[in-house]
Amino acid sequence: MNNRQHIPFINKAINKDRSTLFKPSRREFLKLGSLATGGLLIGINLKCSGPSKDTETFAPNVYLSIGKDNTVTIVAHRSEMGTGIRTTLPMVLADELGADWKNVKIEQAVGDEEKYGDQNTDGSYSIRMFYDPMRKAGATARHMLLKAASKQWDVKVEECETKDGAVIHSSSGNQATFGELVEEASKLDLPSEGEIKFKPFAEYKLIGKDIPIYDLKAIVMGKATFGADVSLPDMLVAVIGRSPVVGASIKGFDKSKAMEIPGVKEVLQIDGSEGVAPGLDKPLPGVAVLATNTWAAIKGRDALEIDWDLGENQQFDSDGQLTEMLESTRGEGKTRRERGNFAPVNLMQGNSLDKTYLAPFYAHGTIEPPAAIANYADGKLELWAPTQHPQWAREAAATALDLPIENVKVNVTLLGGGFGRKSKPDFVVEAALLSKAMGKPVRVQWTREDDLHHDFYHSHSAQRIQASLDGSGKIYSWNHHTVFPAIGATSNPDELHPSDGEMGLGALDFPYDIPHIRLESHESKAHTRIGWLRSVSNIHHAFAICCMLDEMAEKRGIDPIAQVLELLGDDQTLSFEEEVSGDFGNYGEPYDKFPWETGRMKNVVRKVAEASGWQNAKREGKYIGFAAHKSFLTYVACTVTVEKDSKGNLIIPEVHYAVDCGIAVNTDRVRSQFEGGAQFALSLATSAITFKDGKVQENNFSEYKIIRMPQAPKKTHVHIIESQEKPTGVGEPPVPPFIPALCNALYQMTGKRIYELPIKV
Amino acid sequence: MAKINLNINGKTKEVDVDPNTPILWVLRDHLDLVGTKYGCGIAQCGACTVIMDGNAIRSCSTPVSSAEGAKITTIEGLSENGDHPVQKAWMEHDVPQCGYCQAGQVMSAVALLESNPNPSEEDIDNAMNGNICRCGTYLRIKKAIKTAANS
Repeated sequence: MNNRQHIPFINKAINKDRSTLFKPSRREFLKLGSLATGGLLIGINLKCSGPSKDTETFAPNVYLSIGKDNTVTIVAHRSEMGTGIRTTLPMVLADELGADWKNVKIEQAVGDEEKYGDQNTDGSYSIRMFYDPMRKAGATARHMLLKAASKQWDVKVEECETKDGAVIHSSSGNQATFGELVEEASKLDLPSEGEIKFKPFAEYKLIGKDIPIYDLKAIVMGKATFGADVSLPDMLVAVIGRSPVVGASIKGFDKSKAMEIPGVKEVLQIDGSEGVAPGLDKPLPGVAVLATNTWAAIKGRDALEIDWDLGENQQFDSDGQLTEMLESTRGEGKTRRERGNFAPVNLMQGNSLDKTYLAPFYAHGTIEPPAAIANYADGKLELWAPTQHPQWAREAAATALDLPIENVKVNVTLLGGGFGRKSKPDFVVEAALLSKAMGKPVRVQWTREDDLHHDFYHSHSAQRIQASLDGSGKIYSWNHHTVFPAIGATSNPDELHPSDGEMGLGALDFPYDIPHIRLESHESKAHTRIGWLRSVSNIHHAFAICCMLDEMAEKRGIDPIAQVLELLGDDQTLSFEEEVSGDFGNYGEPYDKFPWETGRMKNVVRKVAEASGWQNAKREGKYIGFAAHKSFLTYVACTVTVEKDSKGNLIIPEVHYAVDCGIAVNTDRVRSQFEGGAQFALSLATSAITFKDGKVQENNFSEYKIIRMPQAPKKTHVHIIESQEKPTGVGEPPVPPFIPALCNALYQMTGKRIYELPIKV
Repeated sequence: MAKINLNINGKTKEVDVDPNTPILWVLRDHLDLVGTKYGCGIAQCGACTVIMDGNAIRSCSTPVSSAEGAKITTIEGLSENGDHPVQKAWMEHDVPQCGYCQAGQVMSAVALLESNPNPSEEDIDNAMNGNICRCGTYLRIKKAIKTAANS
């Protein structure tokens, strides 16, 4: 246990306030430049705060350039992890511009907050936040091209139009390609705000249509570049043995057996995070084996003998904490929302229900495990990573290596799934530290076991809902208790309650017209790293609320869909302000711009009832379940049908979703998110991460089950409401209502209510 | 370490590696064929699927020593221009989301159709059961396989 080589980790916290997680902020301005080759370059800048310090530098975030060869290049500044955003945002710009989509080239932005503003691809807000700015950039460029053409032809600007990459003046028959006009256009001033006009919606040729993703052909040919695909000369591969329990520290290690493996070059200790609140941006303590190839690094890591001081979480047992959390809901919690005069509500025997719901930890299980490449040389660091948040990766790596931020460059590859996991920069920091220590390029490769054992998990939870009826059989009171270790506790062990942000995900925004409502949270500690996973606390909140509503409807002897329509009341804009004790959140959007509108929810509920043949299905004795849940400002209703095959396996013949996401920008990608969301949610409903002695018990996909083709719903129908409302995201909203709709369907089949996930089928 | 002769995508390659090295890492680290992906390392997810002598195999769990004398096809060897019927069907149905598992999915589908040109629903389920798609593109994969079968 000697010969230790340390990589000291600078334990300087990067202050990321997670309450701002879902809170993008806006500020924008346009800028103009010209390409070295004489083309037109237009930028639109969105910053998180304050005006640009240097207005002389042309530093656009979303920029497009139009070359003399007619190529329109659009920068994608959001990360592509499967939602299609790398295609959809450039497509919006191209459509507004009137470009020929075939001549559009998409370039991926590096991580740069100064240049690109918010790049955190998270919280389903890319389309919500950037739809208008992308249109604005397109409309600006269009205006300038039209102006250049009108000058050339001596006609009025208003008489010209753009079409398929050209400007046309139909009455004279004049026509010029963008490439022929860019030189003239680049000499013009930027148009004023008043001059920039968007096209009428009916004139869009890409927006509102099914547009294939930009990388489609590269993907099916195996040519698309994901994280681990980047290779540099002389690169070493690192596989790391990390602390098996969060809060463990290294007492010592023996590297001799690892060093005997051909190809292994070095073994280094990464000090990593200290203590039981390990932070969201730091690597765990670990010992890295660096080798000339991946297989040698894996074998070397397996041969390491590490002596751990397991620390205070070594007793942690997730079942035990679930029981404790459940117990805590029997007492009084911290009130987060209150309506009516709750105190005197008496839950009388016979007209009330009191139910509890348990949900487990989940790992993200992105099909591409974390991987990152770092090249440190001469005080500069270049990184390649499948990251959702290149700016955080840049900041965290700069801090860890004590480098000025401008000396760190983060290249964003395609992501083989993200779901929130790849927002965290820990794996990128590992690569940075090791490359600096070795003075060589290093790829850090996580194995699947590493991924499942060292994730930032979706929190397990306990919830209790007590609801009562009045004399006329209407729901009179609703008392929701929720408890789960908070994301904030990963950075601050004193955070014992979920934040307002987490409560705002499906609990505070309970929309139903019930005279007495109380929402309480209870204390719990985090004994592992807690993070956010596709739709976050909406997962467990929707599970409890939508299952309880179904049970109440049964008790009342009414149809669950009729009940939800009744509880939504008249078409109206809801107000939560006076009832909520903290910040309502609203996913970071001003409430007046994105209010809770019951009419829109009723519309999707009616649509899903009609499209799924709800009434007929029930009459015909089909086992069908329903749930409706708004999340990330998108309204969703869902039905799930279940059966058992001759072998007793669960079959899901049909899923129906109705969705109101405002303008559905790329309809094919909206549908694909729902098709996939149902399958992702089905995996959540049937699998779990568990802890014993502080360690994750599931090692690979053999234990942490992801659904496979035979288990997938046989059909998933996605009914998109036609709308001219502002577009909202669809990455996360498919997940929350699916699980309760499935549970409610299973109840129809088995007669047993489901109060605990995973479902045992 | 041992010298091993491989036939990959119709070309002969010699590598000098630990004979227990899984084919996956030989492809990725030694031959720069990175279209084949690592997903689990224990033949559970199918991201690493390649075709060896007509069969879909999990390259993450097959030692390179067993490939001597065999013909291996990877995603890169399927077509020059992405015009293999399975690739075309994949594009027609806009199958991929993140895309990471798709090389493995395509290779499993190609192997299925080569041995069974008109697979039933159940045949497809059975042949594709070893390939996980975390994004959930199974329904489109199934449609694409049917389209490719009919082409």
